[in-house]
Amino acid sequence: MDITQFIQQLVNGLSLGAIYALIALGYTMVYGVLRFINFAHGDIYMLGAFFGLGLAPRMQRIFPGSHSIPGALAILIASMLLCAAIGVLIERLVYRPLRDRPRLTVLITAIGVSLFIQNVTQLLCGADPKAFPELIPVRAIEGLGDLTVLTSQATVILVTLILLFGLHFIVQKTKLGMAMRALSLNPTACLLVGVNNNTVISFTFALGSALAAAAGILVALDSPSIEPMMGNVPGIKAFVAAVLGGIGNIPGAALGGLIIGVTETLVVGYVSPAFRDAIAFAILILILLFKPDGLLGKSEREKV
Amino acid sequence: MDSRLILLLSLVASGVAALCSGWLDPYYYDVCISIGINIILAVSLNLVNGYTGQFSLGHAGFMAVGAYTSASITNALAVKFTGMPIGAAEVVFVLALFLGGLAAAIAGLAVGIPSLRLRGDYLAIVTLGFGEIIRVLILNMDFLGAARGLSVTWHNTNFFWTFGLASFAVYVVYNLVHSTYGRGFVTVRDDEIAAEAVGINTTKYKVIAFATAAFFAGLAGGLYAHYKQYLTPEGFNFFKSVDIVVMVILGGMGSTAGVVAAAIILTLLPELLRMLSHLPWIPEPVQPWLENRLILYSLLLIILMLTRPQGLFGNVEFLRKFMAARRAGK
Repeated sequence: MDITQFIQQLVNGLSLGAIYALIALGYTMVYGVLRFINFAHGDIYMLGAFFGLGLAPRMQRIFPGSHSIPGALAILIASMLLCAAIGVLIERLVYRPLRDRPRLTVLITAIGVSLFIQNVTQLLCGADPKAFPELIPVRAIEGLGDLTVLTSQATVILVTLILLFGLHFIVQKTKLGMAMRALSLNPTACLLVGVNNNTVISFTFALGSALAAAAGILVALDSPSIEPMMGNVPGIKAFVAAVLGGIGNIPGAALGGLIIGVTETLVVGYVSPAFRDAIAFAILILILLFKPDGLLGKSEREKV
Repeated sequence: MDSRLILLLSLVASGVAALCSGWLDPYYYDVCISIGINIILAVSLNLVNGYTGQFSLGHAGFMAVGAYTSASITNALAVKFTGMPIGAAEVVFVLALFLGGLAAAIAGLAVGIPSLRLRGDYLAIVTLGFGEIIRVLILNMDFLGAARGLSVTWHNTNFFWTFGLASFAVYVVYNLVHSTYGRGFVTVRDDEIAAEAVGINTTKYKVIAFATAAFFAGLAGGLYAHYKQYLTPEGFNFFKSVDIVVMVILGGMGSTAGVVAAAIILTLLPELLRMLSHLPWIPEPVQPWLENRLILYSLLLIILMLTRPQGLFGNVEFLRKFMAARRAGK
């Protein structure tokens, strides 16, 4: 096996895995506090990319000159804020009234929300793939020998790392983060000690949606073609990543995302690109059969 | 009135309908066949989702297995049977349908057995995954036409086979879940742990539910293949599975009569809305919203879950009440 080629695949896999990791964090956080799979999360990621597309010309007026770093940052942050608002809105309008219902009811509703977002976007923006503007100059970074690392790939990995550290800080060091962790352990006890569970759940949705939006913008840097159905497959792969890492576990989701991304790139590179979308499902089935709690998850006994 | 008598009557009715179907406008004929196929799909999925409480999102995958299997069989035999009497071809057609159903049932076992330890939303995702894996596999099988699609030579699906098999599916599922043996399905749905505790083999019930539902989905797939005469893997994607799930949910999980009604309503509704959207007084910007079936379905799902999660018909069994009343009157 050619070692340079292997490292090349690894780099490609890491930048893909970073995207999955960012989306997976949203799944895992929502699962942590509410114990349900937010099926519409992949569509928030898609909306993130579409907001980026819509904001790009406006931001270029505020920050003139092509490829300005503040402009790209402003697009990223604005899109994250918009998606956070949408995430909170969905939770408030749809998921909150269903909070005490069976999990299956919530799952079906989430599928409904997902289809609704996709099809409304399709009606408003058209079903055809759109070209995403080049926010940063994409070229190969020099001085790496035979290895080709694009500036876009490096940006994806760098921004993901920054966001991961930011999230780690929020969850571990702030009061809201502490409330999130407490809520995932025991919601009733949280209420008893005066935590406003609704605020914490809204905040969780905002955080998860903002990260998904960032993933949407980042993926568009690397593969600049976006369409309303683009959230389906990455959404499911990110969910698999969350399960792989142990659902409800934040570092686990990041690890799971990277593993899925690297595995997928390696299988595409060395076996066959035809099975790209089936790999994640195969991993999911294996994980659920042999280690259903995930790599970093703790097992929970089901109570009667 | 015995349910076997109802089955017999519906078989005769489908035969009569088949004889009269020549007068029907091709468009209405097409809608009617779709209704029949959708009834089979919805009633069979209801066995898993409604009666056994195992949420499955991969029904289109089983339909694909049945469609491709039966189409391959009839395609392979097409040359040999060109000069044969009509009866022989019909026998081969029905055999092909059942073999397609069997292949789908085997796929159902393949999903059921490893997914047993999962429940709720995990199971939903795994079945979704299996459905997608089946689609990806077909996409990579060149002898099944891969992405180009597969042409089906025979065109044997008619009113008799469609509604006959639909009645058969309703009969089997209804009697299964209302038999002494079949109450186990409902027990698994209502409380799996309690069912296990009183000695019900929940694993066995889940596998049987999956395999039976897959068998009928395979039959429906075979009917679809020999009606449309053209199959593509894209026709059996996640959205097709959602279509069937919406029928089960609208009808009410665990109500055969409700699900049949929902299958009819949801097949007609997009057609009605399409006609409506072209009325002159409907403003042009509203038209695409009315025509988009998936926006309608997604809103329907959300509103149903918020206001009436038990579905339109809940757990009401019209047929059962009717029969009980008849028995009491005797």
